[in-house]
Amino acid sequence: MSVVIEQPRSPRSRKRANLEKYGWMYMRASGVVLVVLIFGHLFVNLFLGEGIKAIDFAFVGGKWSDPFWKVWDLLMLWLALIHGTNGMRTLVNDYTSKPKIAKTLNISLWAICAVLVTLGTLVIFTFDPCPAGAAAELLPSFCSAK
Amino acid sequence: MPSMPAGTLYRGKVGMWSWVLHRITGVAIFFFLLVHVLDTALVRLSPEAYNAVIGTYKTPLIGLAELGLVAAILFHALNGLRVILIDFWRKGVKYQNVMFWIVIGIAAALFLGFAPRHLDHVFNLGLF
Ligand code: HEM
Ligand code: HEM
Repeated sequence: MSVVIEQPRSPRSRKRANLEKYGWMYMRASGVVLVVLIFGHLFVNLFLGEGIKAIDFAFVGGKWSDPFWKVWDLLMLWLALIHGTNGMRTLVNDYTSKPKIAKTLNISLWAICAVLVTLGTLVIFTFDPCPAGAAAELLPSFCSAK
Repeated sequence: MPSMPAGTLYRGKVGMWSWVLHRITGVAIFFFLLVHVLDTALVRLSPEAYNAVIGTYKTPLIGLAELGLVAAILFHALNGLRVILIDFWRKGVKYQNVMFWIVIGIAAALFLGFAPRHLDHVFNLGLF
């Protein structure tokens, strides 16, 4: 019977190594897009007009009645949360010495990521700028309750 | 007299400090984003609930914290582009040190363009 000796220099697992490489590429690809999305977000919400003072329910209603900003925020939500979570995974792997603790923390991170991506996506798609029964003065100007 | 070691890409000097800063700002933005998705979700509850929470964003204390958030974003984003250039641009490693100072320069310029206007809004100064 012949004994198969593993190549000493072969990576621990091809699958793992590839996953790690895709993560590395994702951080860079998402980063380039996020610069545009986040700088645009901060420019419109914090710099233009009255900046932070102008932000309220009616402001969000105005933005999210435009599909352009819905897509913008949706992309920003998914890209930023996955980028941030994958970055936090790097930190967990760097600063924990026990594999069990690392695994628990990483599973928690991805669980939080999944919950928030789902919540944020639902919020964008189910948002109603003119909820029935709401105080008219808090609504965007285009609502019929105005 | 022997000179100090110049530092490699990641050990000592600019290479290391930019990495430490990149890490700290990345974590800070991550935790902000967790809270931010939750506060935005309040638009589904009621206009009153959302306005109450976003009202705290307009207080002096949080208003000042937003300056920190913007500074963190500016550094992390621009330094992220620097990291990408180091990885993909043929001359990236050679110019990593210069690029760090370019990052600081652009971030500082954008921050100085933003901060007075933001403080004006937060403290109702009526300057702009
Ligand atoms: C103090 C600074 C910030 C303010 C005042 C602010 C304000 C807002 C507002 C008013 C909305 C509602 C929709 C819209 O206006 O587009 C929103 C949504 C959003 N913001 Fe920000 N934002 C800030 C910083 C950030 C940063 C730094 C990020 C990214 C890391 C970010 C990511 C998002 C995302 C992903 C959404 C969509 C959330 C969802 O789908 O439920 N924001 N933000
Ligand atoms: C604005 C555009 C952004 C760019 C260009 C960018 C770029 C990058 C790059 C290239 C890396 C990999 C660094 C490396 O491998 O050495 C990275 C790491 C990271 N990013 Fe971002 N990023 C951006 C936004 C964000 C946001 C919004 C968050 C949080 C939600 C975030 C959190 C992180 C974290 C936690 C790491 C890991 C840091 C480390 O391993 O030391 N980044 N970023």
